[in-house]
This record gives sequence, structure tokens and C-alpha cells, in this order.
Amino acid sequence: MSEIIRRDPRREWIARNRLHPDNAAVLAALGVNRGGGAVSEWMGPNGVVRKDPRAIGFIGPNGVKRIDRSGLQQGGQATATTTAARDSRRTVTIDQPAFLVAVVPDLTGGRLSGHDKDLLGLARRVADADAEQPGAVVAILFGEYKGEGGGELKEQTLGEAGIDRVVHLDDEFYAGFAPEARLAALSAVEREMTPRFWLFPDSPLGGADLGRRLALRLGERAATGVWQVEADNEASLGWRCTARGAAGSLDIQRPLPRVALALAECAEPVDETRHAAEHLTLAASIPTTLSRIEDLGQVAVDPAGVALAEAEFILSGGNGVKQWDAFHHAAKVLGATEGASRVAVDDGFMARDRQVGATGTWVTARVYMAVGISGAIQHLQGIQRCDKVVAINLDPGCDIIKRADLAVIGDSTQILAALVAMVEQQRGGQRDAA
Amino acid sequence: MQPDLHQKQQQGIDVAVLVSIGRHPTTGRARRAEQDARGLELALAIEAELPGTRISMLHAGSQDDSSEAALRGYLGMGLESMTLLEQPEGSDAILPLVEHLAATSPQLVITGARAERGEGSGLLPYALAEHLGWPLVNSLASVEKVENGVVTLLQALPRGQRRRLKVRLPAIISVDEAAPVARQSAFGPARRATFAITTTTSEADSELAQWHLSPARKRPKRLKIVKAASARDRFKAAASKSEGKGGQVLTDVSPEQGAEAIYKLLKEEDVLR
Repeated sequence: MSEIIRRDPRREWIARNRLHPDNAAVLAALGVNRGGGAVSEWMGPNGVVRKDPRAIGFIGPNGVKRIDRSGLQQGGQATATTTAARDSRRTVTIDQPAFLVAVVPDLTGGRLSGHDKDLLGLARRVADADAEQPGAVVAILFGEYKGEGGGELKEQTLGEAGIDRVVHLDDEFYAGFAPEARLAALSAVEREMTPRFWLFPDSPLGGADLGRRLALRLGERAATGVWQVEADNEASLGWRCTARGAAGSLDIQRPLPRVALALAECAEPVDETRHAAEHLTLAASIPTTLSRIEDLGQVAVDPAGVALAEAEFILSGGNGVKQWDAFHHAAKVLGATEGASRVAVDDGFMARDRQVGATGTWVTARVYMAVGISGAIQHLQGIQRCDKVVAINLDPGCDIIKRADLAVIGDSTQILAALVAMVEQQRGGQRDAA
Repeated sequence: MQPDLHQKQQQGIDVAVLVSIGRHPTTGRARRAEQDARGLELALAIEAELPGTRISMLHAGSQDDSSEAALRGYLGMGLESMTLLEQPEGSDAILPLVEHLAATSPQLVITGARAERGEGSGLLPYALAEHLGWPLVNSLASVEKVENGVVTLLQALPRGQRRRLKVRLPAIISVDEAAPVARQSAFGPARRATFAITTTTSEADSELAQWHLSPARKRPKRLKIVKAASARDRFKAAASKSEGKGGQVLTDVSPEQGAEAIYKLLKEEDVLR
């Protein structure tokens, strides 16, 4: 084919004339009409890009023309690749790490908590300090890991949190309170991989306990309550940390030791890169230790006695609840702590100390079940830190539906009754089996 | 009569309570430490439950007026004497305590989770457990029963939950805010109580001396960082209400179907017991 650009002036003229009956056909023949709307940019006859400013943008809801220059929207409809375009995180794979940073996240409820993510951010900072010789972050996970979905997605969330390698130990003897078994596993990791740093979250009954045990086993004087880490060439490992001491009244500056227990918000969580989260298995088998501590399991506590702010499972009622006896019965059967919206409290159905929201208590439940609550902004503020929100409501357009992870539209009395029946039936079945 | 008495003698155990000098959070004065006092309260509860239990209270540190006043705060809770392992200020408390505990070999050691002065790292109970080779249980709520060398405990979990544990003695337990509140200290008994002072070999904590200590600075508040490529995204992040992640909405379902979906989620989250 020759290099000479052949022009068809008539076709060009038709292409420019939007009112010409053949306009669409000619545009299609020229192959420039991809977006669906009018063509806004094309290559001119002399190799110069021509633009039609009138073809850009779309007519907004009020009849005013809007131009969206972010490139996400063209011709009034969003392109299908919105999410793909937004996810611009770099993929990082570290094949030959210069050193390892071991992190033992709490994995509360089978997911990485905010504290865990902050800690992984800190681990990334320590690992990536020298761009020439990056270290790898190894996460040692105990127990079941739920992730945000199933299959592939689990690894994805781990990788997005900044984990390069994963050692997942979910044998049943690590479940519950098993510090001796977990310590044996961590010692095996230490023998096999010898990480340069061990990082734990300084959270009661999670990393705080295990981290101190490991530190003493390794003969290290751990830094606890670390909230700041800075590079320092004079320190033996190249880092200096600031830790809280003496019941939070002292700041201790010291070289970062091999084992550190960090507070929440010690660093920014990873959000620009995506890591491999490659699974590793330990070569040597972990010696089973005869435990002197026997876990007899959790004790049933009276849910009404648990403070609302720290309750794990809250059943909250609002204006839509008509039969309060049935509501209280449901809370009892489900083993949930009772909460209420402002309306329910003002109407005298619930006590003032049960109010959830800006005026009442800011709750941190893992599961928050809102029955007949429409979701005023003050109420939504109060449940900001809840993990999963379940809503039962008659109105599909109310605000709590937008916040809820699971919303059921229907009559709350009937749904609660069905739920109670289901739970009672399941429990009855279990008792028969046992 | 005789066997009964014998039995009672058998039941009692030796409990050692480790106490430290506390620090009042606002005035900074020496006082009995909050968590250690709770530990002593726990020991006194065991004594009330099991007649014949012997409580020995231990403190490693220097002896001066302010620390004596603070220690008498513990003694006023109902003890007649305590052991003071005397060592100069700024020395490591772990070694003398390990030596003393190994020599006296109590069956149960109760400590607070962390000190209110000095490093306050909360490592001491773990160091004792590692040196003595005894099991350690942290964050204790109450002691349920002691029999046949096995103690049944309730451990406090976050969110007001409790876990029952069985631990073989000798053991170390550490208490924090979940344990029962300490009783008031009585002035008269506190004045009358005596100290048994033992001098110990101690070495200075040289590592701590090298660190830089300063009054706690307020931690910077975390800022909400918006990383957006275009002005439109930045504007959206600043102005718009955060949209829901788009959960599952079930419309036009029977109550049973709705209840089943909820039941499934509750099971998945493991909140039904």
C-alpha cells in the first residue's frame, strides 16, 4: 500500500455535516465512531488531530451540558471499564528478598483488622527502605482466614495489604487460647527463615501476648507500644523507634529491636501497591508441645450485661418495631445485646443508655442488625465502625439500606419471628444430635 | 475432725503477689498501682474461698519514704507483712524476683499486666514465666476454683466475653482492668504492718539508661489522605457523602427467605452461640 493519503472530499464533507442523511454511514466507514455518541476527535487529512467541541460531553439531568474530563464518562454513559481504570495499583513481586520482615496479624474474626493493616504498612516501610535490596514481608496467619470473598479474592486482599509471603497455619490446636502451640510454630519459623524483624500488633490477647512470649524466647528485649519508627544510621539495625512507656505517660526513644509490638496507627496502610501473597509451607514439622493450659472454650455471658460500646452483636430496634415483646425475645434467642434508635428511646420503649448514634453510644459491633431503623445521619455516625450491618425495613429507599451489607425488605415482625424459629430449630436439632 | 482439718490444710495454696509502685496519672505521685492492687484483691478472694491459703507479697525496689507509703497502700488491704527485695533505683527487677520465687516456690504468682513507672513494657510476667518455665495466663477476670493442683480461671476477652481455662500449677497469672476492683486500703492496719527486707544481688539496667525518655507527646491525628488523579475525583472525595459499598438487597421475598439470608450471615460471622 502506498504512503500517499487518499482523500475523498465528498465523504469528508458528509462526515462533517451532521445533518446529512448519510452522515452515520460515512462515519462508520471511516471507523472513527467508537464511543456510541457523536465523534469528538478524528485525524484530519494532513495528519492533524481535529476536535469537535460540540460533540464532547453529555446533557446532564437539568438539561445543561456537562463535560467530564476525567475520561470515565463519554456520551452520557459510563464506560464498562470504570473499575479497571481506577485500580492503578502497581504489582510488586519480590523474588529474591534481601531479608524478611515477619508479621503476625491478629486476624480478629478471620479478617485483617485496621490495626493489622497499619502494622503491615509499617512492615512495608521497613522492608522497602532500600529500593536496591527490598525485603519481603512474611505474614504468619493462625486460624481460619475469611478474606473478603472466596477463592482468588482472599489472596488478593492479603496482597493488597502488602504481604509478599504467607505462612498459613490453621490446624485445630492453634485455635482458641493456645500460646504454647503458637509459640512453637513461631520458633520453627524463626529457625527456618530467621526474619530480621518480628512485628506484632500490641493488642490485648492477640499480638501483645504472643509477641512478648516470642521476645523472651528469642532473648530479645522487645519494644512495646511502638507508635513511630524512623530510620537511624547509628542504630544497630538501622531504625529508631518511639514507644509509649509507664502506662502511656512516657515516650521512650530507643533503637528498634528485632521484636517490636506496635500500636494502632503506627504507619499508613499499604494502598499503592499490590503484592504476591505467595503461600509458603514450613519444611520442618513443628514439634507438638504438651500444653499445660487447657482451653475449655468461651463462657456464655449475659449479653445485656455487656457494654453497648464493646458488644459484638447488637440487635437494634427503631420506629418500625411494633411488637417490642417479640423484639426482646429475639434478642434473647439470638444472644444479641439490645440497642435502639433515638425514636425508640424517646417513645419510652428502650432505656436511654441503649441509644445508638451521635447522642448515644458509638458502637463497634462486628454485626449490627437494625430492625425498623431508617438510618438518620446521627444513627449512621454511631454505627460507622461496625463491620457488617444487616437491615430489616419496609422502605427500600431509606438510608440504612445503602449502608447495609444485607438488607431485607419486609415486615420486621414476621422476619424476626422466622429468624427466631430458625435459630431455635437449629439449636434443638443440635441438642438432639448430641 | 482430724481428716477434715487435714483436708483444709491440703486445699490451701501458696500465692505470691508481685506489686510495684504506681503513679497517679494526674499528679504523678507514688501510689499503689491499679493493676497490682487488683491482683492482690484476686489473691484475697482466693484466700476467702480456700481457707489455709498463704499470701506473700513481694516488691523489688529501693526503700524510701514515698515508696514505703505506696507499699503500705497494699498492706492496708489486709496483710500483716510483705517482703521487700531491696535493690538500688534503676536496677533490673527480674533476676532477684526469679531467685526469690525459685527459692520459695509458690504455687500461684499473680502480677499486674504492666508497671506504671519506668519502661512499663509488660514484659516482666513473661520473663518470669520464661525463666521459671511455668505457664502464664494473661488478662485474668477471676479464679473459679483450685483443686488437685489444677486451677480453673476465667480469662477476659475483648468485647466483654469470657473464656474458661484450666491451668496446671505452678502458674503465673497477670491481671489487667478486667479483674475485680481493689478494695479500699485501711490506714491503721497499713501503719501496723511490717516489712521483711532482704538485700539481693542486683545489676543495673544499663540498656534502659541509654534510652532517651521524655514525657509522652500527643500522637498526631491521622489525616484522611485522598489520592486522586484528577480534580474531579478530589472534589468528589471532599464534597460527596461516602456511598455505600452496595450490599445485597432482598426485595419481594417471603419472611422465611429473608430470615434464612440473615441466618446465613450470622452463621458466617460466627456470632450465634
